[in-house]
Amino acid sequence: MSFSLGFSFKKEVALDGIFDFVSIGGGPAGYNAGLYAKRKGLRTLVIAPKKGGQLLNTSSVDNYLGTIELSGEALSERFLEHLEHTDVEVLGDLHVTSITKHDLFELTLEDGRVIKARTILLAMGSHPRQLGVKGEAEFANAGVAYCAICDAPLYKNKNVIIAGGGNSAVEAAIDVAKIAKHVTIVHRSTFRADQILLDKLNQATNVTIHLQTQILEIRGDDRMRNVLVLDKAFNSERSIEADGLFIEIGNLPNSDLVKGLVETNDRGEIVVNGKQATSLEGAFAAGDVTDAPYKQIIIAAAQGATAALAANEYLNTH
Amino acid sequence: MEKMITKDIEKQVKDLFKGLVNPVRIVLFTQDHAVCETCEPTEQLLGEVVELSDKLSMQISPLDSELAKQYDVTLAPAFVLLDHNGEYHRVKFNGIPAGHEFTSFLTALMEMSGAVEDLPEALLDRLAKIDKPVNIKVFVTLMCPHCPGAVQKAHKLAMLNKNITGEMIEAQTFYELSESYRVSGVPKIVINETHELVGNQPIERFLDLIESI
Ligand SMILES: Cc1cc2nc3c(=O)[nH]c(=O)nc-3n(C[C@H](O)[C@H](O)[C@H](O)COP(=O)(O)OP(=O)(O)OC[C@H]3O[C@@H](n4cnc5c(N)ncnc54)[C@H](O)[C@@H]3O)c2cc1C
Repeated sequence: MSFSLGFSFKKEVALDGIFDFVSIGGGPAGYNAGLYAKRKGLRTLVIAPKKGGQLLNTSSVDNYLGTIELSGEALSERFLEHLEHTDVEVLGDLHVTSITKHDLFELTLEDGRVIKARTILLAMGSHPRQLGVKGEAEFANAGVAYCAICDAPLYKNKNVIIAGGGNSAVEAAIDVAKIAKHVTIVHRSTFRADQILLDKLNQATNVTIHLQTQILEIRGDDRMRNVLVLDKAFNSERSIEADGLFIEIGNLPNSDLVKGLVETNDRGEIVVNGKQATSLEGAFAAGDVTDAPYKQIIIAAAQGATAALAANEYLNTH
Repeated sequence: MEKMITKDIEKQVKDLFKGLVNPVRIVLFTQDHAVCETCEPTEQLLGEVVELSDKLSMQISPLDSELAKQYDVTLAPAFVLLDHNGEYHRVKFNGIPAGHEFTSFLTALMEMSGAVEDLPEALLDRLAKIDKPVNIKVFVTLMCPHCPGAVQKAHKLAMLNKNITGEMIEAQTFYELSESYRVSGVPKIVINETHELVGNQPIERFLDLIESI
């Protein structure tokens, strides 16, 4: 075993007065926005209940320019270090529970405190999508898991199914295959993952792949035992035995907080323009919570930068 | 031996430790390397942490000692924290506090030293009313970003009520034990052996469940 040390401490952050720019969210989008806003001289705050966002769920990031095989956590620490170096205030632990706008934005925190801001960034990111099949809720935490990096160590020498065919599913398969006895990937269409990841996956000797195969039901007794699948090519049903099912079928935006406040599309994603502005004046959005077609760290970060620059321009002209 | 705490982390921890109020003592329980693979790294990590403040000290005891019985320690590596009066407040860690659990460890040290963040009155009232023995086990893995939240709450409840014990259990090190508690996702919170909570829950949910037992 090798050990790294994770970090996240509470720091006292003064919340009184008026902020020029507040990011709701401290993933790549919120962090980078905080950096850009602070450098423009804005009184800036980044609210980050989970410091680093989904980076903390990522075992290795290989596609952020300048990072070769860095763990998501290490990248997130580098980001935070950069923010601290630039004196960006980062508030940990507390979620925003409501947003209103009169002249100023008023953000209410979980503990009841209210933050006032001239402009805000919606950078709440996304959460894992569920399969929506019978048994999923029943066996949640009795075999059904949504965080591969957290739960993989619990499946030593066991049989695991991974649902999904994108990068996160294939990455999960590569990681879990190192620990589990056998990994079966089940995906209802064809792979969407990067070729470089698929090549890595092909090197594993304990992985079976079922494409065009749909999960219909998760079954078991006191814990999950197997899944019923539909083989679409043959239109036949069968069952695959497994101790665990890791669901990696994409994400849904964390946009409940702003339903009715800003325009969202039919997927619940916040609609933004080229300057990351939302339908509400002074409110910008960036990263996974937006209608950006691709959800990646570098894209979220870049959108955060655009949003901060656009907010600065807005403040200068209003 | 190569240090586990890098210069960079050392600086941050030292900054944090400026806030330590009273001395804290760590009592670590270990076994022979042959049966306990993570005992040595745990001893090293705790040793390096203790070095960073003169308010901290550590004592090492074998798992089969009287002392282990006194604190009801049955696994190794495991450690408990004692306050400046040498008093045990039922805050226990089973397994190395590395990865994300490093945060849980440092938070427990700060709180045991008296650098405590107050809970709302209403919660304290509910907590004070708990008069039955309560054991809270929080199963974690070191790569789980939302596990420290659950561990910290279990420990906080223990510190605030003498009937409550809070323990972190690292599921990879204590794999068989975790299997016997059917841990298939973390954090998994087990209260008095049979009552379960899944995920990092607010303190209210802990209290709801405890009150319902
Ligand atoms: C397993 C996995 C592997 C991945 N691998 C890669 C990869 O290798 N390369 C890559 O480019 N991308 C990868 N991604 C995608 C990438 O992580 C995301 O695109 C990126 O993190 C999005 O950043 P974000 O800032 O928009 O949101 P997030 O990272 O989701 O961060 C959201 C932030 O908002 C906060 N928040 C949420 N709700 C509230 C609220 N109500 N109030 C206040 N704050 C709130 C959260 O605490 C968090 O800090 C991966 C994703 C996963 C899940």
